[in-house]
Amino acid sequence: MAVSQIRNSGLPLINLLRLKGVPILQQLHLEERILRTSAENWCIINDGTIDPTIVMGISGKAEELVEIESVLRDEIPVIRRFTGGGTVIVDQGTIFVTFICNKDAVLGLQSYPQPIMSWSSLLYEKVFQGIGDFRLRENDYVLGNRKFGGNAQSITKNRWVHHTSFLWDYQITNMGYLKHPKRAPDYRQARDHLEFICRMKDYISRSNFINRTIDSVGSHFLLTSQSAETIQFPPGSKFEPSSRLLTSHELGEACFKSLTANTASQLL
Amino acid sequence: MALRMWASSTANALRLSSSSSSSRFAPAFSLSRTFSTVLEGFKYATSHEWVKHDGSIATIGITDHAQDHLGEVVFVELPDGGKAVEQASSFGAVESVKATSDINSPISGEVVEVNTKLTESPGLINSSPYEDGWMIKVKPSNPSELESLMGPKEYTKFCEDEDASH
Repeated sequence: MAVSQIRNSGLPLINLLRLKGVPILQQLHLEERILRTSAENWCIINDGTIDPTIVMGISGKAEELVEIESVLRDEIPVIRRFTGGGTVIVDQGTIFVTFICNKDAVLGLQSYPQPIMSWSSLLYEKVFQGIGDFRLRENDYVLGNRKFGGNAQSITKNRWVHHTSFLWDYQITNMGYLKHPKRAPDYRQARDHLEFICRMKDYISRSNFINRTIDSVGSHFLLTSQSAETIQFPPGSKFEPSSRLLTSHELGEACFKSLTANTASQLL
Repeated sequence: MALRMWASSTANALRLSSSSSSSRFAPAFSLSRTFSTVLEGFKYATSHEWVKHDGSIATIGITDHAQDHLGEVVFVELPDGGKAVEQASSFGAVESVKATSDINSPISGEVVEVNTKLTESPGLINSSPYEDGWMIKVKPSNPSELESLMGPKEYTKFCEDEDASH
């Protein structure tokens, strides 16, 4: 059982790691390593990622979620990550915020999906107070009825990770690489992608969002700043990341499956 | 107020049900789907997995309490036959909407059978956590590990205490 780290203030400690432009696969590997080998609480903020990349959840099937032919033509990387949830395309306009915590870090919080999701929404309510009509809608963060933040989680015996990709800005052309998912929240109401999402930049600047998020985290935890160079993992800890890049061969196979499915449906 | 928001919406009352047959799982009855079911004749881990030891084989799955708290299961990742599992270590994962959750083995041993129905029908874990939703069958390497697990009454109290403290 991991030991809670509580200082005299009564608040649990959390390490704050601020990154900028780190490739999303590298971020995911770091997060999973911290989840599985660290005993400390972490908040990681990655301000943008370099190249447009598609990121699917653990069970994502490329042929169902991605316009494979366009992705292969334009050489867009496709990753399958270690957490659940849906598919996003991320780039420099995306801001990532991740919490990796011991299950007893937050007093009274059960480490199950919905309680963690609810707790996170309280934290972000404070961030957007006076900024916009923020709420948690099903499992998404919305402003009004438009999604601007997608969430995913991974829960182990003693720890959990909750990470969010925030659409501070996005390229309309990039959204064309994603198919309309079979499984969509009710509040989407069959809206096209561009009618369903919104840009956070229309409400708040990047720096203001990040600063307000750090302030809000500070009301739940005692923050200690870390840098990527000073992160230490337990000596001898073994770890193999499960998030990975799909190979061209896998995408080609997915393309074949997609074409076969389309042909079959046309014949019916 | 915030704590009530965080707590699961599931009722924390649990009901015990009897298993009338040793060769297959008897249907568990519950008064309402809002109550989590716990079966006699099973052993339980604090991470909410169950094990049913039957001769030389032990069957493993997750409890009704666990599936209720996780929500609709949409994907299950299970090990291959022949793989070794270790008590209290992860052997697979379930995905429920936005989250993957590790499944930990209550006992050590070798996987001899995997429930392949869960690939096409992961929802069996929700609808039938103790019967059709079984996950793996294991040949135990250390049967004495079963003694370290909770019985039905102990597990019932464990779940009540866990829900009450959140």
